[in-house]
Amino acid sequence: MRKILLGSLLLLILGLVSGCGTTQTSNPAPAPVTKTPANVNIILATTTSTQDSGLLDVLVPAFEKKTGYKVKTIAVGTGQALALGEKGEADVLLVHAPQAEKKVVETGAAINRRLVMHNDFILVGPGSDIAKVKGKSTIDALKLIAATSSIFVSRGDDSGTHKMEISLWKMAAIKPTVPWYQEAGSGMGQTLKIADEKAGYTLADRATYLAQKKNIKLDILVEGDAKLLNIYHVMEVNPEKFAKANQQGAKAFSEFILSAEGQAIIASFGKNKFGQPLFFADGGKSEKDFGL
Amino acid sequence: MISEGIKQAFQLMFSFDPEIASVMLLTLQVSGTATVCSVALGVPFGVWLALKEFGGKQAFCGLLNFGMGLPPVVVGLFVSLCLWRYGPFGDWGLMYTPAAMIIAQTIIAAPIVAGLSFAAILSINPKLRLQLISLGATPWQASRLLIREARLGLMAAVIAGFGRVISEVGASMMVGGNLKGQTRVLTTATVMEVGKGNYDTAIATSVVLLLGAFTVVMLLTWLQHSGKNERT
Repeated sequence: MRKILLGSLLLLILGLVSGCGTTQTSNPAPAPVTKTPANVNIILATTTSTQDSGLLDVLVPAFEKKTGYKVKTIAVGTGQALALGEKGEADVLLVHAPQAEKKVVETGAAINRRLVMHNDFILVGPGSDIAKVKGKSTIDALKLIAATSSIFVSRGDDSGTHKMEISLWKMAAIKPTVPWYQEAGSGMGQTLKIADEKAGYTLADRATYLAQKKNIKLDILVEGDAKLLNIYHVMEVNPEKFAKANQQGAKAFSEFILSAEGQAIIASFGKNKFGQPLFFADGGKSEKDFGL
Repeated sequence: MISEGIKQAFQLMFSFDPEIASVMLLTLQVSGTATVCSVALGVPFGVWLALKEFGGKQAFCGLLNFGMGLPPVVVGLFVSLCLWRYGPFGDWGLMYTPAAMIIAQTIIAAPIVAGLSFAAILSINPKLRLQLISLGATPWQASRLLIREARLGLMAAVIAGFGRVISEVGASMMVGGNLKGQTRVLTTATVMEVGKGNYDTAIATSVVLLLGAFTVVMLLTWLQHSGKNERT
């Protein structure tokens, strides 16, 4: 009896494992793909905001359907995404920290850095607004938060948003200190939730804030400042430096998101759900168009 | 919100939502395979260690017990370093695949299975083996009988190993990458849904995970006890 049971359990597991193989091969719809790429797997290292806002859930399937590639999306902070690119552990990067990106391009690890889209950062905080920052400029707002020692929750994870926040504190000539300055070390969604629970202030990208809005009571207090521009670039990992990188796949992905079709997906994303677009498509523009 | 999440969980399960079904299936495949691998490695090793006498055995056992508490993120980091494209095993192309997750989970569970198997064999009267051998059993036969005797404890080792890997998230996230349709399991999906602020969906995936784990553990427990009744 026991042997039969054990045997059937093993069979069950084997069945599950072999089932795994069949479901995986039948999954990707081999629709009207003209030519199957030699190496179908692309590793996309990107920021949490593109995943947490839901943009990749529409962008990636559209790309896969059109080209037959399979995208492995690794959504981490921009710092980590760039590090993956620098080590050749990814093929294509979609990130938002212009200064850090330029350094990666200078080392020769990445090529073809192109502007994809932008939205903006916002300073959010509790409705009570203890530090009275509403409507102030970004720098003045940070000074007021520091002067009143109001809780400020930082991403603290070397992400693009964190890098932006650090540069803003530098511009304000303030060295934030504990206990009012708290580092979450988490993604944007989680950091917003922490700031909400602690009734603190935080810097967020607009896309993630809008996606999280149903769960939090934080209000937008500072927005529209030219300093708060959030620009996303796409880059391909340099195949001359990393022979294992999937150059063709990386190129296909960046070309798709810069194509009319990809840009249209980006421009319309979020309109239905949030009544406003979460990202503004900028294919073909350069940083000079933003006065940078 | 909690009741809504639970309601959604049942809706997802009973409507056989294809997405949650595939995530559930992958979770069972990955953790099931990892459990089988860790049993294949851990049980013989634990039994061998219990029966073999050698110098420094105590230190070795201490090491094994330490391995039972191996932090999953450390294992995840170690496996990542090995499997990355430019790591020592990079040419196998295993990073961000279910195979990588199985490797990581096996490393996490194998010491638990081995440690508890070791304890299960030790809890039998040590004179039994000597007695068996003096009655004419070969060492191989004696070991087999000991394993039969200790099967309750050995099954507990299997259950503990399974429980550890199915609830594990750190290593799975690092080496699997939580790729939709490829390496997304229930734990990593829950973390992601929380990040997205979809708490109701996160509760739903948690409930599905709990029910899945409960079903498997009940099955194993039943197996454990059906064996006991047969002996008498």
